[in-house]
Amino acid sequence: MSWLLVLPLLIPLTTGILCLVLPGRTAQRVLGLAGALGLLAAGLALLAQVQRQGIQAVQIGNWPAPFGITFVADHLSALMVLVTGVVAVAVALFALAENDQAREGLGYYALGHLLLFGVNGAFLTGDLFNLYVWFEVLLLSSFVLMILGGSKAQLAGGVKYFAVSLLSSILFLVAVGLLYGATGALNMADLALRVERVHPGLLTALSMLFLVAFGLKAAVFPFFFWLPASYPAPPAMISALFAGLLTKVGVYALIRVFTLLFTHDTGFTHSLILWVAGFTLLLGVLMALAQGELRRLLSFQLVSHIGYMLMGLGILTPLALAGSVFYALNHMIVIAALFLLAGLLQRMQGTTVLVRMGGLYGPYPWLAVLFLLPAFSLAGLPPFSGFWAKYTLVAAGLQAGQYGIVAVALLVGLLTLLSMGLVFAEVFWKKAPGEVRAAPGGLGGLALPVGLLAVLTLGIGLWAEPLLSLSQAAARELLEPSGYIQAVLGVSR
Amino acid sequence: MEILLSFLVGALMAVGVYLMLRPHLIQFLIGFLVLGNAANLLIFTAGRLGSQFPPLVQPDGAVLEPYANPLPQALILTAIVIGFGLAAFGIVLFYRAQQALGTLNAEAILEAPEPAPAPSPVDEVREEVAQ
Repeated sequence: MSWLLVLPLLIPLTTGILCLVLPGRTAQRVLGLAGALGLLAAGLALLAQVQRQGIQAVQIGNWPAPFGITFVADHLSALMVLVTGVVAVAVALFALAENDQAREGLGYYALGHLLLFGVNGAFLTGDLFNLYVWFEVLLLSSFVLMILGGSKAQLAGGVKYFAVSLLSSILFLVAVGLLYGATGALNMADLALRVERVHPGLLTALSMLFLVAFGLKAAVFPFFFWLPASYPAPPAMISALFAGLLTKVGVYALIRVFTLLFTHDTGFTHSLILWVAGFTLLLGVLMALAQGELRRLLSFQLVSHIGYMLMGLGILTPLALAGSVFYALNHMIVIAALFLLAGLLQRMQGTTVLVRMGGLYGPYPWLAVLFLLPAFSLAGLPPFSGFWAKYTLVAAGLQAGQYGIVAVALLVGLLTLLSMGLVFAEVFWKKAPGEVRAAPGGLGGLALPVGLLAVLTLGIGLWAEPLLSLSQAAARELLEPSGYIQAVLGVSR
Repeated sequence: MEILLSFLVGALMAVGVYLMLRPHLIQFLIGFLVLGNAANLLIFTAGRLGSQFPPLVQPDGAVLEPYANPLPQALILTAIVIGFGLAAFGIVLFYRAQQALGTLNAEAILEAPEPAPAPSPVDEVREEVAQ
């Protein structure tokens, strides 16, 4: 069996357990960073392996495929795991600099790595019920992280987050049960072979259950209300982890089931996804424009840009899916950078309410650059990675003749730029309402991870070819599932 | 038997959803438990209720045919454990929320926590900029 496939699971699990056992704070901090770096290395190795030898599958405990639990890594999974590693390293560096002794004492590093464990499991599993279990692993860790420290805002946000997550879990469980009843299979490759025999109407009804269950996790229209109500509550080292990773797990699950299982009636299901994408894009960015608090604003931007990833899924051409994958990867990096930066700004100004911030451009011009790099990337300006992601999606939309969604996508890009420009004017250009304070304990450590992510988005933008061709490989595999089925079951369709 | 259980699942779902829509969070949690049980019964029923023989292999290698489908039971066992963990966490979360926020009424919590933008000198600054 291929150890590389289980390394992205074993590394965070081991790190998490060790962090629980080792009492010393220093040991936990070192382990937290080491585990994240190990995860990044494992992600790179896994992607190299997939690139060299095609789709990798491993049967846990040597139970043959439809019966045992399968882990599969195609290009999509491997890329997701790799970028998860990148976000994990950045957040670990930020947490080291943040030095939040109370939350570290409560087990921040252990919980963070268990969260990564769940996220990677969800990306790598090849079994639908197993996916449910991984969702629960990451949810339980995220529940505790959300309320870690137990401030009032965190508890209020945590209650909402908990309630919505429970609902989507139950829906997911019901959908899995009904799909099992209809097909008699749970292994995704096996399911892909069997769904053809299910009545199309029944299959469409089932696909809608999955759309709602995963849509709740991914925070798409009309299920996004919980995200801006809960994500701004915890400190940046937690909310950046959530913003970068958790919604993308929902997006990943949507991409997986709506390319592998539910492609029987794309005229209905994928058109519906396009409508959902359009409304998510528009409403998210409009609500973001109305916000007066930085982290809530970023949360709405996060929601809005989930729409881009669904847009590619809805168009369902190779180029569009490649755009979706590229966008998801780019967005994980960019939104994590912006959430971390919001934490840095809060540290400096003691608030993230925009009207009470200001005057940072004079004393800290480099900080303004640090904000503008990911902000421009989010808005999709060249030469950043966001530009290529959006360009791919728009080109695919024009090729497929989906002019409506293309118009929405371009308009939302413009509105995002406006929203980010307003933030820049409020935080950096405007005269400070009070005096500008230097952050206690220096800024270098906090700015370092933001800088790394910003340089990464610029680097991907200037040298987009490798990631773009990897995304295209992922899209080809998604649209031609016989390779996936062959890798898991050893038979072709 | 499947028909009967289907109706039971439907009834439990209805009760669960109704409870989850109630304003009090404890009712919400009980609704979640009922809904979770409905989901488990649904998986059980979806796995078909056939024979009652256990799916065991005899010492001589023979299998008792027809045997009950073991997979739904394994799935339900997992789902029960997860549901138990979630419910335990939920109870503690709501207890802490009651302590910190002073209420378990969902409406009250929805309105409470927004960080209220305190009166700030921004308007003066804006005026200066305008001049």
